[in-house]
Amino acid sequence: MSTLTEAPPPLAPAAPEKKPPRRRGRFTPYWLLLPGILWLIVFFALPMVYQASTSVQQGSLEEGYKVTWHFATYWDALAEYWPQFLRSVFYAAAATVLCLLLGYPLAYLIAFRAGRWKNLIMILVIAPFFTSFLIRTLAWKTILADNGVVVHTLNSLHVLDLTDWLGWTAGDRVLATPLAVVCGLTYNFLPFMILPLYTSLERIDGRLHEAAGDLYARPWTTFRKVTFPLSMPGVVSGTLLTFIPAAGDYVNAELLGSTDTRMIGNVIQTQFLRILDYPTAAALSFILMAAILAMVTFYIRRSGTEDLV
Amino acid sequence: MPFVNWLKRRLVVIAGLLTLAYLLLPNIVVTVFSFNQPKGRFNYEWQQFSTAAWKDPCGVADMCGSLSISLQIAVWATVGATILGTMISFALVRYRFRARGAVNSLIFLPMAMPEVVMAASLLTLFLNMGAQLGFWTILIAHIMFCLSFVVTAVKARVMSMDPRLEEAARDLYAGPVQTFLRVTLPIAAPGIAAGALLSFALSFDDFIITNFNAGSTVTFPMFVWGSAQRGTPVQINVIGTAMFLVAVFFVLTSMVVGNRRNKHKA
Repeated sequence: MSTLTEAPPPLAPAAPEKKPPRRRGRFTPYWLLLPGILWLIVFFALPMVYQASTSVQQGSLEEGYKVTWHFATYWDALAEYWPQFLRSVFYAAAATVLCLLLGYPLAYLIAFRAGRWKNLIMILVIAPFFTSFLIRTLAWKTILADNGVVVHTLNSLHVLDLTDWLGWTAGDRVLATPLAVVCGLTYNFLPFMILPLYTSLERIDGRLHEAAGDLYARPWTTFRKVTFPLSMPGVVSGTLLTFIPAAGDYVNAELLGSTDTRMIGNVIQTQFLRILDYPTAAALSFILMAAILAMVTFYIRRSGTEDLV
Repeated sequence: MPFVNWLKRRLVVIAGLLTLAYLLLPNIVVTVFSFNQPKGRFNYEWQQFSTAAWKDPCGVADMCGSLSISLQIAVWATVGATILGTMISFALVRYRFRARGAVNSLIFLPMAMPEVVMAASLLTLFLNMGAQLGFWTILIAHIMFCLSFVVTAVKARVMSMDPRLEEAARDLYAGPVQTFLRVTLPIAAPGIAAGALLSFALSFDDFIITNFNAGSTVTFPMFVWGSAQRGTPVQINVIGTAMFLVAVFFVLTSMVVGNRRNKHKA
């Protein structure tokens, strides 16, 4: 209110140039960007360069490393660890598909059918995030324990015979098998699928469903022709947000798996932190990065939602 | 077949609720097993009801120390990432400048990179520079990966802001600093708060990047990781349950407060 009673300051003489007065310094955006961007350049981009350089170095811990452009490290690493690479892609793809199948009904439920329970269900989806994911992953050891309820039930229903035959489990147990690792990956990254799906489902105009019904579309046809195509942006970002971290994960494979379920993340971690073979570890990490970036670019192009990024 | 029809109509609801159960099952197990009295070193099998761990949450060597390190890192990483990220978001939304595309991809890439790649490359940098691994290297790494998430959250909010509000403030003779503090900042606050909350959660729970760059410093997730090999104390479940309850409590109160405010406005 005081501004109204105060006398206005004398008008500045009319300036001849037409510069917008609000944009004072030309350099303001650069000053605003500088600290954060510098941080990302030094601690995100520069490390990538160091990693690329380390991958073509030779030497030992005692004598130090030198850049010798030894690209053979890449071939050796690929020749030795291609099973782990393939396994990572398979496990991550399986977890992504499972997340989509499990997450879609829940996202749909929250967006269209939850009514006044909407906020509560939303909280229940997000709240587990705040319990350390390692503690929650360890809980799966209890749930899938050899003499637990789940394994007993699956055994008496002869489900484990089927999964044994498929090679997903071994010897009537679930822990320390691929099934346990994929189950853990699916569990850990499910919220990353549900949230983008929900966001894109929620934007759909409810009248479109009514219109489809008026035009004699059955519920399933409405879903196939209207709802699902309109939720594609959510499907694309959800699958990316699930697949990328799942492919690089080593926590689930270590806690719920065995030596036969080691993923590429486990190899990189062991090479870096225990074996201390830095060139091989850097080469593996570089291949993983390149593979993921190539897959993501291809996928985004194919699904035609480049504006997503 | 009335039952089949009933089932058909509710198929989505039933499937959704089953997924919700799958999401919550581990939390239920964590809570139940915080009242367990395990026989061996591992807390994976139910033995006997006991409240011993709840009465003595810090009864395990080093656990509460690691919890305090994690909290300190999370607080400072949140402060750092929120300040730097908010500055970047304002520059991106409000100004035209060169190298805009490069800045955008530099912010997007950390979110599209597997954690293990960032962790490994950052470690090569620190090793090459001869940096002492520990608290500071963890903090540097956490600010780095939280930054992008803050920018995304704040940018969305600032973009949806009506620029005429600031023009109105300037027309009413508010100075640039006053306009920023009294108009711009309060409107951007929910976005900044969301970014800060996300940073805190991400930093507090981060394991992979921390594990590579921690040296001999032990954060809470690293303590849990180590205990998975040595033996899991019940106190871990106590902390996990308490964190879950605190989070639900905070979200519920913020929702109740928000609802009241909306009612006042109406």
